[in-house]
Amino acid sequence: MSDSHSIAPNTASAETAGPLKTADGKPLKVALARAQARSRRRAFLLVAPLLLFVVITFVVPIFQLLAQSVNDPSFSRAAPNMVEWFAQNPDAEPDEAAYAALVADLVEMKKNRTAADAGTRINYELSGSRSLFTSAARSADRMEAPFMEAMLDKDEKWGDPMLWQVMRGASTGFTINFYLAALDMTRDAEGNIIAAPEDRQIYVKLFIRTFVLSALIMLTTFILGFPVAHLLAVLPMRTSNLLMILVLLPFWTSLLVRTTAWIALLQREGVINSLLVSVGVIGEDGRLSMIYNQAGTVIAMTHILLPFMILPLYSVMRPIPPSYVRAARSLGATSFTAFWRVYFPQTVPGIAAGGLLVFILAVGYYITPALVGGASGQLISNLIAFHMNDSYNWSLASALAALLLFAVLVLYWLYDRMIGIDRMKLG
Amino acid sequence: MALPYYASASEKAVYYTWRVFCGFVFVFLIAPILIVIPLSFNAEPYFTFTEKMLSFDPEGYSLRWYDNILTHGMQNAQAARDGAWWSDAWNNAAWIKAAKSSVIIGFFATILATALGTLAALGLSQSQMPWRRPIMAILISPMIVPIIITATGLYFFYAKVGLSATYPGVIMAHATLGIPFVIITVTATLVGFDHSLTRAASSLGASPSTAFFKVTMPLILPGVVSGALFAFVTSFDEVVVVLFVAGFDQQTIPRQMWNGIREAISPTILSAATILVFVSIGLLTTVEMLRRRSEKLRGLTPN
Amino acid sequence: MKKTLILTTALASMGLAASAQELTVMSWGGAYGVSQVEAYNKPFAAANGVTVNMVDADNPATPIKAMVEAGDYSADVFDIELSDAVRLCDEGLLEVIDHSALPDGVDGVPALDDFVAGSLVSECAVPNIVWSTVYAYDTTKFPNGGPTTAADFFDLDAFPGQRGLRKGAKANLELALMADGVPAAEVYDLLATDEGVARAFAKLDTIKGSVVWWEAGAQPPQLLADGEVVMSTAYNGRIFNAAVGEGKPFQIVWDGQIMDFDMFVIPRGNPDVALAMEYVAFATGSQPLADQAMYISYGPARLSSGPLVGLYQDGKTEMGPHMPTAADNLGNALVNDFEFWADRGTELEEMFNAWLAG
Repeated sequence: MSDSHSIAPNTASAETAGPLKTADGKPLKVALARAQARSRRRAFLLVAPLLLFVVITFVVPIFQLLAQSVNDPSFSRAAPNMVEWFAQNPDAEPDEAAYAALVADLVEMKKNRTAADAGTRINYELSGSRSLFTSAARSADRMEAPFMEAMLDKDEKWGDPMLWQVMRGASTGFTINFYLAALDMTRDAEGNIIAAPEDRQIYVKLFIRTFVLSALIMLTTFILGFPVAHLLAVLPMRTSNLLMILVLLPFWTSLLVRTTAWIALLQREGVINSLLVSVGVIGEDGRLSMIYNQAGTVIAMTHILLPFMILPLYSVMRPIPPSYVRAARSLGATSFTAFWRVYFPQTVPGIAAGGLLVFILAVGYYITPALVGGASGQLISNLIAFHMNDSYNWSLASALAALLLFAVLVLYWLYDRMIGIDRMKLG
Repeated sequence: MALPYYASASEKAVYYTWRVFCGFVFVFLIAPILIVIPLSFNAEPYFTFTEKMLSFDPEGYSLRWYDNILTHGMQNAQAARDGAWWSDAWNNAAWIKAAKSSVIIGFFATILATALGTLAALGLSQSQMPWRRPIMAILISPMIVPIIITATGLYFFYAKVGLSATYPGVIMAHATLGIPFVIITVTATLVGFDHSLTRAASSLGASPSTAFFKVTMPLILPGVVSGALFAFVTSFDEVVVVLFVAGFDQQTIPRQMWNGIREAISPTILSAATILVFVSIGLLTTVEMLRRRSEKLRGLTPN
Repeated sequence: MKKTLILTTALASMGLAASAQELTVMSWGGAYGVSQVEAYNKPFAAANGVTVNMVDADNPATPIKAMVEAGDYSADVFDIELSDAVRLCDEGLLEVIDHSALPDGVDGVPALDDFVAGSLVSECAVPNIVWSTVYAYDTTKFPNGGPTTAADFFDLDAFPGQRGLRKGAKANLELALMADGVPAAEVYDLLATDEGVARAFAKLDTIKGSVVWWEAGAQPPQLLADGEVVMSTAYNGRIFNAAVGEGKPFQIVWDGQIMDFDMFVIPRGNPDVALAMEYVAFATGSQPLADQAMYISYGPARLSSGPLVGLYQDGKTEMGPHMPTAADNLGNALVNDFEFWADRGTELEEMFNAWLAG
């Protein structure tokens, strides 16, 4: 801060004769700046260990994962000759040299057992390519020039312009095609972006379903949670603490157990259906399907996420003095007006915090939909898990995850702008 | 809040509807937990009430699944139940091993999350903190990133650095998940914190650490404790990350329960859950008793 | 694993522990897992002085790729389906296992001739059992006689009620075609065409609204016992255990059964490969394979094990008639085409997902 003298004339202290000084003769401004810098440094040092920890154990892994969404090197790694040919001939049709490169690569693939890997990468965008690669690799070392003819003899699919288009795309390793796939789009033989065939469209539908169901769950937790939080906030501490146990107990009970319990309650011959039959509300044939579908997902997830709505609401409602509402009433407001104009606005931060928490947790839910969701209650996270575990299409899984993450971050950003994240409380 | 005597008929109606509605919500909250308890005594390996159970035939009930908590995974479950048998159970029974891992992982993850999180919250609550918003966003991110993304990301990362299937790996992962809860609860306590108190301590000659432990800490302790509880529960109930990251040695209770639902349907998970429910009730009641006692000691009357 | 080894070496050099080597097997859990623990793991552990752990998974094939890519092995031996073994072997993710080095059968027949025909097809895997996807129904729901054919499974009028199916394309497409009147021998030729796939999905469409989808092998008996479904496809051994072991009124329909092999494989690059190989060779010997049949009705993959198969653990049930390979059960049986699923599995599973979400 050595330049503080030079800017001193522009500040208020310039009105007096020379800058103000502290007892030990330093200009006050310098001392203050120094003290502030010190406390800033101290504040930052307090945060630094955690920041470092979270960056290493969380941010780096997530970015590594996201990097996979634009990069799948299985083909480019296995086919160096093809990569070279594509780089040298940016627009050319495949010629004899291209087929020679292909055969050379197939021979290598056989040796390194990478044909299936490379074929799988192409197969993501063009069905049937996997077996094309594995069977060609098996006989590649017996091929003789002219290679173009030999390959087309082996299988005429090798002449398919679509195949060459896909291989060209895969040869760079880096691609946005997984994002296209995650949005139900694909490329045609000329490389134009088109909609995926109808019997393959699924992700957009599931994203929409995930957001709609999460919004629905947010709404149901709000409808159930608001009156309860209000009750807990206005009851005497002793009673409300006892009732709070009823909220906390499910919260502390394993999610898996609660999900299992819902299966026992909701299934066709489960407790609720049997109860309804025995009191005669429904007949033996009219048993309701409440599980292994969307209804099951919504009911079980509402139950599981309800405490995440009640707790922030409660922590906001508890400190609201009852005298505000009484004052409104004494000034002539009806009880509804008093509630709606005086009480409710003060609970908005709690509603926003609870709503955000519930929505974000619901969007990423995996276990409950997997156990009780059936076919219609599957969410996008189940598809991410499918591509992670079963199809091994990690790049597509990462692309789906990135899109989901983007949506959640937008929400978080909106929340932070409107409410402020430091106003969130959890009881 | 009692209904005031001047309440109109419609207000009364609203009041009672509200109360009844809340009653229903409480039933909704607690029903699944109540249903678990009788089912855990089922004599059959399924999650449904059998006819014998409904007619209260003692044959329909058994302690089979409670016994299974001890015997499942033992080397020699059929042996006489002497000292050797119990030590076999303690060392080899799958559920007991899972409980041990859960406690170890939960304990260290909580310590790590609470210590780092409290320090960071202290820093974040100071007005001079630079880049407050972005840093807060990064620290909260483990809570807002969908768990499936976290789990897969951690899996690849840990595998590369040799941390997967190790205790430190799972502990660090769970600490990361618990940190946002600690940050949120502690910063919330610090929002109402009067910083002139620490300044007063300093001006009276306290060193920064004395001021922290004697003045700040006791005041923010409730926030720290509730943050720690959240962190512990997060770890204790976490299954997705464990499914991806943990190895054979780190099988936790939720992981064992996942087995019990998916691989070998067995009501043992209900017995384990029942035991845990009673442990939670005990804990929650103890906390409430302690709170009332301290209230009494401080001469506060319950409001 | 590495840590354990270092620790072990350290301890051994100090003369403290004779051996504390550990081997982890990943399998399908449930009654099947129990059969493997009893018949393979315990005897192997006792004979070699090592600890054998068992980990369960919905499908043990799923973690292998990530493990190999990361070079991090939390399990050493995996029990997976034949088509998965072929697929993973193609992708270079499995260790090659020398079949000729496997022990001879108890009757002296060399290993290469002892295994059931068509099972030693992958150079990376050793078969252990023959199992099959069948469907089973709850006899109490059909007092006037239950379903008997694959077609009955799709007949909602004659046999009303919810059905359970595995959430996936494999086995369901085949069952649908067989129920639609396609002879077992022609199923895969037809499925290789777009029309065949469309026909299978069209058949599945006819019951789509009444299906509860399951994912883990333990679920179908649970769904049947809960009364959530009246019939469900299932792994035959799981139904056997519920019916014979727990006395549940479940009846298997063998018509249209789809047979498959389960294989032991070792992920490539595993540092414990020598011990893992030893385990695989031991577990797929004549006697252990025969022993596992004491606990669940899966057929041993060795011919020489056949005569050694005894009674079920209750001491009175003959296992023979409950095996997928029993002559009475082979009337209209299909053998899973592993090449078909290794090649087209991913693609058909994706189509299946889209169909399911639609």
